[in-house]
Amino acid sequence: MLADYGLIGLFFVVAILFSLVMVIIPIALRYLKIIPSNPNPIKESIFECGMETTGKTWVQFNFHYYFYALVFLALDVLVVFLYPWAVQLKQLGPFGLYVVLILVFIVFVGYIYAWKKKALEWK
Amino acid sequence: MGLEFAFWIMAVVMVGAAFAVLYLRNVFHAALALVLCFIAVAGIYVTLSADFLAAVQILVYVGAISVLIILGVMMTREVQKGNPVNKMRLPAAIVAVVLLGILVYVVTSTPWGISTQDPLTPTTMPLATKLFSENGFILPVEIGAVLLLAAILGAIVIIREKKK
Amino acid sequence: MSIGLTHYLVLSAVLFCIGLYGALTRRNAVIILMCIELMLNAVNISLIAFSSYIVPQLLTGQVFAIFVMVVAAAEIAVGLAVVLAIFRHFSGIDTNDINLLKW
Repeated sequence: MLADYGLIGLFFVVAILFSLVMVIIPIALRYLKIIPSNPNPIKESIFECGMETTGKTWVQFNFHYYFYALVFLALDVLVVFLYPWAVQLKQLGPFGLYVVLILVFIVFVGYIYAWKKKALEWK
Repeated sequence: MGLEFAFWIMAVVMVGAAFAVLYLRNVFHAALALVLCFIAVAGIYVTLSADFLAAVQILVYVGAISVLIILGVMMTREVQKGNPVNKMRLPAAIVAVVLLGILVYVVTSTPWGISTQDPLTPTTMPLATKLFSENGFILPVEIGAVLLLAAILGAIVIIREKKK
Repeated sequence: MSIGLTHYLVLSAVLFCIGLYGALTRRNAVIILMCIELMLNAVNISLIAFSSYIVPQLLTGQVFAIFVMVVAAAEIAVGLAVVLAIFRHFSGIDTNDINLLKW
């Protein structure tokens, strides 16, 4: 049981080591003078496709994003209840189905409210 | 052996990330340290053989709550102002240390009735039976849904601009 | 020394006290919310430790922990909404400036 999660831990270790090695290789090559170092302004600029970036990175986000995050949070918490029910669907029978239907209905009232109040529209 | 190793690694990562939340100057970096702390807590759940809870921890905390917190950081534009403290530093430290001392004393001096049985694994199917069968936790589940509904409605009402 | 219930409870106490200290001393409201999440996580750890050491076959503590997570989700939704409303009103979330109820 725990050995299966040991494999996940191994995956984490490999991921961290891989990213560290990928960062260290160019630094080491530069240090050993294997690759030449002649920077110019175009090479030093921040790589991004399309337009060059202007202004600061930490601008204030529009608060409209918060409505989407709220609906996402509600459906995410719903998954916590739906997943064990789906695993045990046959054994729980129709009673479990009614319970889950009431549950989904209650949470969807919030979703419909957000929809009707036009909170999910981008203005 | 592997269990002890995993526990100590998770404990050190968790406490370190919790201190990073307190002492990083940049609020956005503090939010990322909080995510690391949540992941370490999920690892602690795995060592307690609570596999479904570990998945739920990743799903709810790392997936949803940290998204909301990072959105909150980005929307309140306080990233550059750092992480200031108020005048209550010394009294709060005394309170926290005294509470920690009391808790550790109580925990170590209580004779816990530890069961000799092995924990139940996997936990998903027994948890489903506990939550949704006839004599399970049905009313708390529905009340939890109502609480979530109230939270969503309340948050939308608080956030929305007044149209006047 | 093998890992027992005491280890988990002490770990949870440490995490709880870190969260408590942060919630009492920080002035940024979002950081205070983060520290409250730390405290809720500490409580969850102790609930699950009790569940898997005291009543391993019953899983009651794990059910409680699920409800704590649901309540934490609701709490963070409303808490951040309040913080954003405060930010729009005061154009800042420093808790020292929010003193309308003080006298």
